[in-house]
Amino acid sequence: MKINEMAALLSGEARTAAAHADADINSAYAGDMLSDVLALGSQPDVLLTGLLNPQVIRTAEMLDTACVVFLRGKEPEASILELAEKCGVCVLTSPLEMYDACGILHQHGVTGAK
Amino acid sequence: MSPLIREYEVPGNDFARAGEASGHIKSMLKELGFAPAMIRRVAITTYEAEINMVIHAGGGHVTATVTPDAVKVVFTDRGPGIPNVELAMQAGWSTAPQNIRALGFGAGMGLPNIRKYSDDFAIQTEVGKGTTLSITVYAGKESS
Repeated sequence: MKINEMAALLSGEARTAAAHADADINSAYAGDMLSDVLALGSQPDVLLTGLLNPQVIRTAEMLDTACVVFLRGKEPEASILELAEKCGVCVLTSPLEMYDACGILHQHGVTGAK
Repeated sequence: MSPLIREYEVPGNDFARAGEASGHIKSMLKELGFAPAMIRRVAITTYEAEINMVIHAGGGHVTATVTPDAVKVVFTDRGPGIPNVELAMQAGWSTAPQNIRALGFGAGMGLPNIRKYSDDFAIQTEVGKGTTLSITVYAGKESS
């Protein structure tokens, strides 16, 4: 699915210009430990997290992850969004809990990154 | 072709800027046309090492040497050193304080990740003097 379709499913809102609006979202990683996602060594198309700091964006940058979703209604501050724009990472916010967000994406064919 | 050498200073205790050097190295490799999977391995290893420098050593110096066949990155710090490297290499073992764990690091996966995704890996460390970590990723070994 495309990022805007994912945003609609997650009741989400885009917080960056749609640099990766055309990116296909097929795989995901969800979690709050960045070292764990780095340990995967693969490239999740989207990273869902409740963690809110610039290193989430850096981690996405390192893994070529197209999109970060900040969950539970957390709003990223301007410096995080500026970094995301600079790194070409698309940022969405969603009011959903992680479990629900994962369930919805899984139901729509997005698999866990391996 | 003579090697391309880039040097970076990593500021200590500035978590917001951690990853800048790794980001620059990644962009440079992309511009040079290295394979995405190889670039990702360099990015993961350099980023983890840079984060380690910021968390544990108050920053340090990074030297990246690029040839068509390989990328070698050396991280030098004057931090406290690692008293027991064998222990530090164990997945899950960490001395990171709680405030760092709250930021998503300190899972004890940094050094194991660096070793996993690099082809050559060497640590020289002396307690009270600092640590030098040297990693090399070769082009054409993307399956590892």
